Amino acid sequence: MFHPFVIPFCIGTVALFGIIGIKFTRWIKSLDRKQITIFRQHFLKGMFIPAIKEMLLEGLFHRKVTRFSRRLGFMHRSIALGWFLLIVVGFIEATVNLKGKLHAPWYAIFYRFFEHDQFTASSRVFADIMDALLIYVLIGIGLAVAKSLYAGIMGLRKTSKLKLFDAVLRYSLWLIFPLRLFSESLTACLYKNGGFLTQYLGDLFNPMFASVMELPAWTAYSIALGLFFALMPFSRYMHIFTELLLIFFRKYGVKESEQATGYTKMELSACSRCGICIENCPMDKVLGVDTIQPVYYLRDVRNRVAKRITADNCLMCNQCQSDCPVGIDISSLRKFGRNKQELDTHDNYQYLDKIHSFNAIGRVVYFGGCMSHLTPGIVESMKKIFDAVGQKYWMMDEYRSICCGRPLLQQGFINQAAELRRKNTRLIIESHSKTLVTSCPICYQSFKNEYHLPVRVMHHTEYIAMLMQLGKLKVKPSDLKVAYHDPCELGRGCGIYEEPRRVLRELVQLVPAEREGKDSMCCGYNLGNTCLSLESQMRLRDASWQNLTINHPDQVATACPMCKKAFQHASHNSVKDIAEIVAEHLIQ
Amino acid sequence: MKDKKERPGERRTWSLLPKALRPRIEVQTQEERPVVAIIGAGPAGMEAAIQIARQSCQVLLFEANADLALNLQNKYKLFPDMSDAQTLAQGMMLALEHPLITVYRQTPIKHVVQVENFHWQVFTEDNRVFKATAVLLCTGYEVFDARRKEELGYGIYNGVITSLELENMFKQEHISTLTGDSPKRVVFLQCVGSRDEKVGNRYCSKVCCVTAVKQAIELKRMHPETEVYVFYMDLRMWGKGFEEMYRVAQEQYNIRFVRGRISEAAGTFDGGVQIKAEDTLIGKPLKMRTDLLVLMLGMEASCGTKQLAKSCGIVGDYGFAGSLDPHLNDNHTHRKGLFLAGTCKRPMSLTDVIADARSAAMEIINYLSKQ
Repeated sequence: MFHPFVIPFCIGTVALFGIIGIKFTRWIKSLDRKQITIFRQHFLKGMFIPAIKEMLLEGLFHRKVTRFSRRLGFMHRSIALGWFLLIVVGFIEATVNLKGKLHAPWYAIFYRFFEHDQFTASSRVFADIMDALLIYVLIGIGLAVAKSLYAGIMGLRKTSKLKLFDAVLRYSLWLIFPLRLFSESLTACLYKNGGFLTQYLGDLFNPMFASVMELPAWTAYSIALGLFFALMPFSRYMHIFTELLLIFFRKYGVKESEQATGYTKMELSACSRCGICIENCPMDKVLGVDTIQPVYYLRDVRNRVAKRITADNCLMCNQCQSDCPVGIDISSLRKFGRNKQELDTHDNYQYLDKIHSFNAIGRVVYFGGCMSHLTPGIVESMKKIFDAVGQKYWMMDEYRSICCGRPLLQQGFINQAAELRRKNTRLIIESHSKTLVTSCPICYQSFKNEYHLPVRVMHHTEYIAMLMQLGKLKVKPSDLKVAYHDPCELGRGCGIYEEPRRVLRELVQLVPAEREGKDSMCCGYNLGNTCLSLESQMRLRDASWQNLTINHPDQVATACPMCKKAFQHASHNSVKDIAEIVAEHLIQ
Repeated sequence: MKDKKERPGERRTWSLLPKALRPRIEVQTQEERPVVAIIGAGPAGMEAAIQIARQSCQVLLFEANADLALNLQNKYKLFPDMSDAQTLAQGMMLALEHPLITVYRQTPIKHVVQVENFHWQVFTEDNRVFKATAVLLCTGYEVFDARRKEELGYGIYNGVITSLELENMFKQEHISTLTGDSPKRVVFLQCVGSRDEKVGNRYCSKVCCVTAVKQAIELKRMHPETEVYVFYMDLRMWGKGFEEMYRVAQEQYNIRFVRGRISEAAGTFDGGVQIKAEDTLIGKPLKMRTDLLVLMLGMEASCGTKQLAKSCGIVGDYGFAGSLDPHLNDNHTHRKGLFLAGTCKRPMSLTDVIADARSAAMEIINYLSKQ
């Protein structure tokens, strides 16, 4: 049961698994200590079954892609699941035929070529199942071809642009299944061993033509398979296997560290370049910048041709990260690309020594943040709210303020950010307070995720929502129509969508924006991008404003001083922070 | 008198009816006299009206407010000669008592439309229509809303006031903080809302520099003990007598000029204002406590300017109305018979506004004589 035509397939398969083995080992070896410790800690906690479940759901069923777009999900699923089932059912078919005897891999793959006497009932059923699966895959391939020609068919605005190498791989993938159909039909023509489809097609062929073409067709099929397999580890199709590995490690609690590690390499390879990240990217949607999206940035990093501007020219609004079906930590990957650790910036931290803590036992520590200093209305309103509920507080950055460090970190100044974090951490710990409230989502995310503080960290919307729940805040509702703008850092960054809305619903009439929640549009003033021109920022802001005011609210509420500032510059006061709205509705 | 009675503004009969029931009154004007509609009765509109009426043309002068020349009347003394703003306004209003000028107060204009035979039709908010041969827009400016620069604390801290509010204090001849004390220190901040690309205004408002110098001197005259600081980007002393005023301010009145912008203001426990700034000449950041922080507000196109410029299709930069060219046709627009004067085009000083209004009047007379 061997024929020389299977050699390309065999070489391809050996190369594929060899290279994947080498790559996976290397990546796992270069995980850093923190990641390995976490992996070990989680290892005994029975994460195995959930991990396998998610690997199946994502790898085969493409659940998250389906959630994004049903058509796109169907396309991915039909190729992945269909192909997987073709292999599995083919293997079972071969095993049943040999009554459980061991057989070579090519025997199952090219089963119809080797087995001609297929006239029992069970083999007929198998042949029909295999044909049905082949149709399923071919529909997927057909949709993929259609998508590459016109992205709108799959409900996308744009599809990702491919380099030559990727294009070659894609065409060989597209060729595999039509070739299989063709070869099986030819064999069916000669030996009558096909299923409902292959036999029907086979009967259309001239037996003379079939006998001449049979071997070349099977050879072409084998070559297409072999070529695809051999080149796959160097192409975007590597995501098929890497995604599974990534899901596995992620389920075991492994996250990106401060520096690039083996996990980063996994994430880079797990990107399938599906192009979903282009869909809602404000840089593309509003400004038409279509070269910096994760699909291209990750490709360039993987090919080691990434330019600094590709890493820098991004708002870090996390829209792509929330859309990404693979769940890649894109923001971290970008931060690695922005790393400016080697840069000597001649910083002087002497001023930090002059700042002292305050004994704030029983008080709330309030951190306005640098941006709130430019929107004093928010700070004054928070003070009013603290006073209204009789909560004593210490405003940590009232006179001498230190940045939380996140803006520096986002720009890659890792050491400088760490210096500020160290000082702030000491100030907070020495205050002996139990709660830290901040008005700025940037600081909030920093305190929550980048600091390791022994206190409860709250954004002021959370704090106000808590006060309301406890019935401490006495407010009088009004019938003002208000739309809420989800700041990127608070919503997609920290997952706080509900608290601000709960507060607003108590006070005013909340009207929806066109896109909100995790699809909220960045105000354009995000500190994540320092290379945008003011004009571009304004265009982003205007697009975001239009999105917010689609239902003609009297006022727009937000929970971030930066967003407030952005809209304030354009819209003459009809934007307020939630704290200000609460303060206005307080019963004195 | 008979002539006057026939004029549309004097017809009171219809005004007894509710607005919706009032018919559109087609106004009959005397055929032999061309009619010029002037929208906006500020210094530009009033001056142009006077000049055009003197050339025996009929003038319809529309004003959205009940009072004429509100912005001018809100001023105390005028730079550079420290003459009285009220006197100037009264004088101009007196000259408006001309038989050919009809003033329509509280008559906001919705839009103006060019029609074939009658040249132009002016539609008011209450659905009246006036016919005119030429239309002159003098819809003027509005001051920048200081609340858009929240970091300066206007509307949040009582010690932060605008240049207009200070001018009003001068008019009442009483400068005080909220607590009623006379201020020990006053800080002026230039360029609030102008030369500021973040709020979308890149242009210079032209008059704030010298206004701050004027107000600082007035303040020092009233309260010689008060320390006065002026924070500026550049001081643009472009007009006659301005530079001399600036010199006097430094030499005689000891007013301190600091080059640098104020980045943020915060309240202090005793009701004052704490400012953060940088002295860019010595390159050092500074903090300062002051009793009053005066924001020198820039000029923006008024609502009326924006609305009418848009409906006539003559929108220029930053919402102001755009003239044909800045040299020979500065009063013309690309619409025939539609003219511009004053600060609806760009920020101008009062002196320039009056000169511009006269030039517009002459251009209109020329235009009418060709009809």
